Amino acid sequence: MSNGLEELKKTFRAEAMELLAALESSLLELECSPGNQETIGSIFRVFHTLKGTGAMCGFDEISHFTHEIETLYDMVRCGKITPDKELIDVTLAAGDLIKQFLTLDESSTGELAEQEAGLLAAFRKFMPQEASAAPSGKTSGAVAPGAPPVQAKQVTYRVRFKPFKEIFRGGTNPVLLLSELRGLGDCTIAAHTDAIPDIYEMDAEACYTFWDAILTTDKGLDAIRDIFIFVENESELKIDIIDNGESSLGVLDYKRLGEILVEKRELRREDLEAVLQTRKLLGEMLIEKGLVDPQTVEMALTEQERLKQIRENRLKIESMANIRVSSQKLDKLVNLVGELVTVQARLSQTCAARNDAILLSISEEVERLTMELRDNTMDIRMMPIGSTFSSLKRVVRDLSIELGKQVELITDGGETELDKTVIEKLHDPLVHLIRNSLDHGVELPAAREKAGKSAGGIIHLAAAHSGDHVVIQIMDDGKGLDPRKIREKAVKSGLIQQDEQLSEREIYELILAPGFTTAEGVTSVSGRGVGMDVVKKAVDALRGSIHIESHLGYGTTITLVLPLTLAIIEGLLVRIGGDHFVLPLSLVEECMELTGKDISRHHGRHIADVRGKVVPYIRLREHFMTEGARPEIEQIVIVNSDNHRIGLVVDSVIGGHQTVIKTLGKVFRDIRGVSGASILGDGSVCLIVDVEKLIHSIEKEEVAG
Amino acid sequence: MSVTGVTETTQYLTFKLEEEVFALDISKVREVLDFTAVTKVPRTPEFMRGVINLRGNVVPVVDMRLKFGMTKTENTVNTCIIIVEIALDGDKTVLGALADSVQEVIDLEPDKIEPAPKIGTRLRTEFIRGMGKRDEQFVIILDIDKVFSADELSLVQDSGQKASADH
Repeated sequence: MSNGLEELKKTFRAEAMELLAALESSLLELECSPGNQETIGSIFRVFHTLKGTGAMCGFDEISHFTHEIETLYDMVRCGKITPDKELIDVTLAAGDLIKQFLTLDESSTGELAEQEAGLLAAFRKFMPQEASAAPSGKTSGAVAPGAPPVQAKQVTYRVRFKPFKEIFRGGTNPVLLLSELRGLGDCTIAAHTDAIPDIYEMDAEACYTFWDAILTTDKGLDAIRDIFIFVENESELKIDIIDNGESSLGVLDYKRLGEILVEKRELRREDLEAVLQTRKLLGEMLIEKGLVDPQTVEMALTEQERLKQIRENRLKIESMANIRVSSQKLDKLVNLVGELVTVQARLSQTCAARNDAILLSISEEVERLTMELRDNTMDIRMMPIGSTFSSLKRVVRDLSIELGKQVELITDGGETELDKTVIEKLHDPLVHLIRNSLDHGVELPAAREKAGKSAGGIIHLAAAHSGDHVVIQIMDDGKGLDPRKIREKAVKSGLIQQDEQLSEREIYELILAPGFTTAEGVTSVSGRGVGMDVVKKAVDALRGSIHIESHLGYGTTITLVLPLTLAIIEGLLVRIGGDHFVLPLSLVEECMELTGKDISRHHGRHIADVRGKVVPYIRLREHFMTEGARPEIEQIVIVNSDNHRIGLVVDSVIGGHQTVIKTLGKVFRDIRGVSGASILGDGSVCLIVDVEKLIHSIEKEEVAG
Repeated sequence: MSVTGVTETTQYLTFKLEEEVFALDISKVREVLDFTAVTKVPRTPEFMRGVINLRGNVVPVVDMRLKFGMTKTENTVNTCIIIVEIALDGDKTVLGALADSVQEVIDLEPDKIEPAPKIGTRLRTEFIRGMGKRDEQFVIILDIDKVFSADELSLVQDSGQKASADH
């Protein structure tokens, strides 16, 4: 029993966190466009849901707390309170408090009581004095009094508007009314023109026409009545609800009489069809008999069609509901699929060797299914990066207030999809980078105006796909990086020698070094020199890279290039001695032969001549201390490491190899130069070379000794 | 009663390294595999024979003979890999131990097990939980968690550094 409640609480926590994230972005949106009813509605709904489910799952504090805010936002929704910045501030703080309630144990929530009381008092200030009085009849929103709906229902109405003949004399144009009706929602209108007499008998100032409209809207009955409020005395208005928005499961399920009879074998299908052929459509029959006019039938048919469509759509939406799956289950699935891919590769290899046509076709079928399964599984793990972006908006907002700067965060490409684990691990680095841009990049409004820029700065955050990588860019229009200053600082802190020659890019990249800071004073935001190196580490761990570009006075652009997924690597399979290794294909530029002649020409120094350009190389055989003699002709794989071309000499290059990455585990955690392992088609293990780390460690060794 | 730590388990898996018989607490053993291809991880000490593919998982393999100061294990029909589950820094880790041959599962009562002698074995005494006797032959019962402790395996790192310093 208590276990069930624990489970419930866990689900609630996850759900509430999502709701709070949505709340935050809604609030920020409201700040930009106050009075947006939709946004206010969604804020209200968040509190309403938190209150309801919170009470259900035993989070009484949250339920109690949100109840008051919900009441307040109900008034905002009704237009009694205008949301201002202050209210948004308090509400954001309330969101933070709820988060704390969620993460803390029940026992320690007592400490938060004070904060809660403070916030509630702040909220009460917004309440109008007459708040306790009963709501006065009609409000502009026309929300049904009593329990407010969690989500406004889409209700379909049939509206018959039959103006009296004299309506034109009052100056009313029915067409305007109808187009206003159209504005309420999805609307089909038909005119009944039967009553129009011959032209000779017609009174040009009389209205002979009446209209039928089928309207689907969430605005409520009163909104429709409001449109016709001024013509109430000059027309006949009839409004019926034909679909009340309730779930219609089962309504579509009924069978027709004929079908039932056929199913029960009481009637043969051919007979049924023959009988049906002779039957005319009901509408046709009615018209023939002169009982109703064609327009009426047509309208009725439209109505039927519309209802069918609405119900079908609703069914579709209902069945498209999401399932919440724990990410552990998903990880397990990915592992299993990885194993399947490996086993399948072995199967294909074995089948190819057997030369059995039937077996081969089966194996090809398995291959196709496996690949499809793999792609789909990877797809499940993909999530849009947008949620991270919206949480950054909050960071920018709070920080710019704290620093007295006016900064706007513009995001782009929030729909870009990335592996879930990558997104999770990317959050902190992005926060660091944004904070840095805000603190070091964008200047104070006065300084900006002096430099001829607008007072408000802009940080542009964009994500986009590029091949099998995702590129994330953080662009600010601040003061940019000063290479001279960075150099001085770097020399002072001993990162580089006084006379070291560095390109502009290399200088910028110095800011990624541990302990580096250009800020003169330590602020609460930055300046302690931790940050950028943490970012670099996090991005390295994701097998990504960072590039920095800057124009002094115009701003800085930081670009992160990340792999789409951590689970799979596109690699180049090579052989050294008896062992196989995988080099990440994204780094490989070209492969060529290295013969004994080339080596002797350079007097044994590790430098190769590639089309006239000097390329230093590392003989992996030596570095890995592989046993056995090296072959006569070796292959040199040229990789790009930190914008330098470096050759890696291997015995032979086998070819492209897409593989599932396996970790080597704790035992090998300190091995540099190998980032993981992968399983080959024959079941043996090959190692994935961490090219950048390998080159760095070799560089260090050479400098040291 | 004589040895602390050996009070409950009575079943042991025995295996041979050269001519000596060793035993492992059966609860630590997950399975025994035939010898398969081992991929050497570069710049690791010699006793780390490398990694194998255990149904899709990459598992490190330690050459027990080299670890105990004997010569390198030769591949014979009887050579096998004992997969053990140990606690490394509090986490469960799966490791393979390369042995010349696996003998049998034996029952040993706690009172039949004597403490390890201070001298006379080539092994460090902390690796030994006790000595048992089976058919007039001594069986060395290993404390596998100690043999594969983080400190012992961190040699992996030291050796790597030594190698790079030598380079």
